[in-house]
Amino acid sequence: MSVTIDDYAGLVPAWCPGCGNFGILGALKKALVDLQLEPHRVLIVSGIGQAGKLPHYIKCNVLNELHGRPVPAAIGAKMANPDLTVIAISGDGDGYGEGGNHWLHALRRNHQITYLVHNNQIYGLTKGQASPTSDRGFVTKTTPDGAAAPVNPILIAIAAGGTFVARSFAGDIDHLAGIIKLALGHRGFAFVDILQPCVSFNHQNTYAWYRERVYKLETETGYDPTDRLAAFQRAQEWGNRIPIGVIYQGRAPTFEDSLPALRGEPLVWRKTDPKAIRKLLDEFV
Amino acid sequence: MPKQVNFIIGGEAGQGVQSVGFLLAKIFARGGYHVFADQDYESRVRGGHNFYRVRVSEAPIETFSNEVDILVALNQESIELHRGKLSENGTVIYESSITTPSTGRQMVSVPLEEIAVRTTGNRLMGNTVALGAALGLVADKITIAEMVLREYFGGEVGEQNARAVRAGFEYAHGSFSGRIPFTMSLSGQGGRMLLNGNEAIALGALASGCRFLAAYPMTPVTPIMEYLAAKSKEVGVVVFQPEDEIAAINAVIGAAYAGARAMTATSGGGFSLMVEGLSLAGMTETPVVLVLGQRPGPAIGLPTRTEQGELWFAIHAGHGEFPRAVLAPGNANEAFWLTIHAFNLADRYQTPVIVMTDHVLATSYFTVNKFDLSRVSIDRGDLFCTKDTSEAAGYRRHKVTSSGVSPRAFPLQCEGILVCTDSDEHDEAGHLTEDAETRVAMVRKRMRKCDGLKRDVLQPVRYGAEASDTLLIGWGSTMGALCEAVDIMVAQGTSVGALHLGQVWPFPVETVADAIRKARRVFAVENNATGQLARLIRAETGEEVSGRILRYDGRPFSPSDIVSAVARGGQL
Repeated sequence: MSVTIDDYAGLVPAWCPGCGNFGILGALKKALVDLQLEPHRVLIVSGIGQAGKLPHYIKCNVLNELHGRPVPAAIGAKMANPDLTVIAISGDGDGYGEGGNHWLHALRRNHQITYLVHNNQIYGLTKGQASPTSDRGFVTKTTPDGAAAPVNPILIAIAAGGTFVARSFAGDIDHLAGIIKLALGHRGFAFVDILQPCVSFNHQNTYAWYRERVYKLETETGYDPTDRLAAFQRAQEWGNRIPIGVIYQGRAPTFEDSLPALRGEPLVWRKTDPKAIRKLLDEFV
Repeated sequence: MPKQVNFIIGGEAGQGVQSVGFLLAKIFARGGYHVFADQDYESRVRGGHNFYRVRVSEAPIETFSNEVDILVALNQESIELHRGKLSENGTVIYESSITTPSTGRQMVSVPLEEIAVRTTGNRLMGNTVALGAALGLVADKITIAEMVLREYFGGEVGEQNARAVRAGFEYAHGSFSGRIPFTMSLSGQGGRMLLNGNEAIALGALASGCRFLAAYPMTPVTPIMEYLAAKSKEVGVVVFQPEDEIAAINAVIGAAYAGARAMTATSGGGFSLMVEGLSLAGMTETPVVLVLGQRPGPAIGLPTRTEQGELWFAIHAGHGEFPRAVLAPGNANEAFWLTIHAFNLADRYQTPVIVMTDHVLATSYFTVNKFDLSRVSIDRGDLFCTKDTSEAAGYRRHKVTSSGVSPRAFPLQCEGILVCTDSDEHDEAGHLTEDAETRVAMVRKRMRKCDGLKRDVLQPVRYGAEASDTLLIGWGSTMGALCEAVDIMVAQGTSVGALHLGQVWPFPVETVADAIRKARRVFAVENNATGQLARLIRAETGEEVSGRILRYDGRPFSPSDIVSAVARGGQL
């Protein structure tokens, strides 16, 4: 029985009409359907923010976490049951602000999960405050004198040891779906920063603004995403031209591969026999 | 009177105080004695003053004594610091080359290093010679000690240590063995385990089928993590050390959501960071076991010392209202069994359960009869199970039930099942909602689980006569000291008993209220400055204790501390 887009139909989204999240939701569904993954094999762990609501609008296992904490919970769930396809979802505030430390260390440890960050450069849920990725000087109610310098998620992710670092655009569903598919197929921590227009609160980084600037690395002749130095260079491009695509992809052992205790049956299905620890008790005598 | 000897091994960090102390404890445990051993150390790797107390008795003991019979001084400072505590027959063993103003019959200088060099060619074996000399003062034989040292060190180093301990024993046994007026026979067969609170908890977790521990190192609970990590491969438990305590609790929630029994362990500072996650476990109805090993606060406080300052914190931690249980084992044996109980309660009520210890319980060694593993029962609670795919498709993780407990399913448990839960208020299916009626139904459903938790409350344990004039009430690690204080006072003719709470939340209201009403005067005995149990008793029962015996210098109570405080009407 093949998986269709209808299998992934969730609740009606409560996002603003025109929100970039719709494109991301559509692309994610498309990727999952293209990969023929059944909804019950997928777990989405999300944080808090408009992005955090996404798993309710699709059909799959859902752990809607605290603000900033989807990554560690996704890691725990994946270790408990590696048969699950685990996707963590954040916004820029959730992922780069509140949960920044978790993101840095998940990159370095290379956990076998996919991490999608909806990056709209603004706080949407709390109605329009500056985020860690707001452009320098961006004026909001909490930053009347302009926001400070933004984080560069791509640069940080490569520097932190990320093995799959990509960027896509919510306004290009096919491209985004393609990147998500590559991310889901990656061995290790797959990180995707998704440029997402916020039609209600960010009137600077609009669909039109992005469309004028984004270009696809796939069509750049000679670009090799396994070349880390070249990736560092592209990662610094922002302004007139913004690269999208797989910016860096490397190979490293995953965290889970390095744990002998994970070999064999998933933790969740292992039987418990209290008497099995008898030998351990003897060591204390 | 059962024979009893109290040892202190003193020296600076890095001198081997801990190894000598532990080995002494192990040797007597192996010889069939009851042993209690604890350590007093500073938060440093080298220098300072550390000491290890080893109390050995023919009768069960669960705490230390203020008296010292044999002091093994690895440096001069240890002599001067502890000499005042020597008993009538007390003896100090120290290296001959140490110069000390202390003189008298109690002082026994031993050429430890010289003997070490002569028997092993290694000056550093002086500590082992001292261990042998200490045994020479009281023990009849050295064979068990030789065996323990061979096992502990292994190989050639084990042989050297065995030679050194025998040489020390023979040196003291001939010349000084009459000083302690009795002999402890070290030819028996000890079948008891020697373990500390941390190890008991780690074993309890393994017996419970815990498959995942995520934690960030913090004194005094790090050894739980280290023990499980060492056994990780052998028993199939994952130990994950993430970037911080926030990640630890959330990883545990993720693993528990997926269906694995999971736990974390931390101290007060780390627990502060986990509080938000605790609330999430309450909201998503995820079973989580959290070990809270207290140490003196606020903030970093006294990192290597003890306190019971987080009772109110533990029972209230987390934003919003949700059910929980808080257990407080009194010794290593209880630490094992209450950890198992914690996993069962967490699964039965799908909510967080906290096991509270403190530095003294976590790190002190107790001799315990080998745990009867046939008594371990595993209760995973109400699990949803179906082979019917349409039933699976209709699964609702937060179904409203009369007990408040919703049958729990795990992702991938069967074809088509979806397990959805949310940090936001949610409907039965686990999807976010702001509907007022649903909110009320969900709050009531979650809080109904408190009824079950209350029914399952462990009743406090009464020690001594059923009715007494004076009653001591305590919780957690003070149990050994409370019981021994009662023994001492009863022997002096005082009508006194003790009530020990092994569970502090939900509060065992009736039992505590009843015991207080029946006593003429009641003292709450606590390692904190404000009498948190006394306040909780008043809040929950309306009863007021007549006095509070409080210690908050970072050191544990000895039985005699409590006895004198009672004599002074509660003043420590």
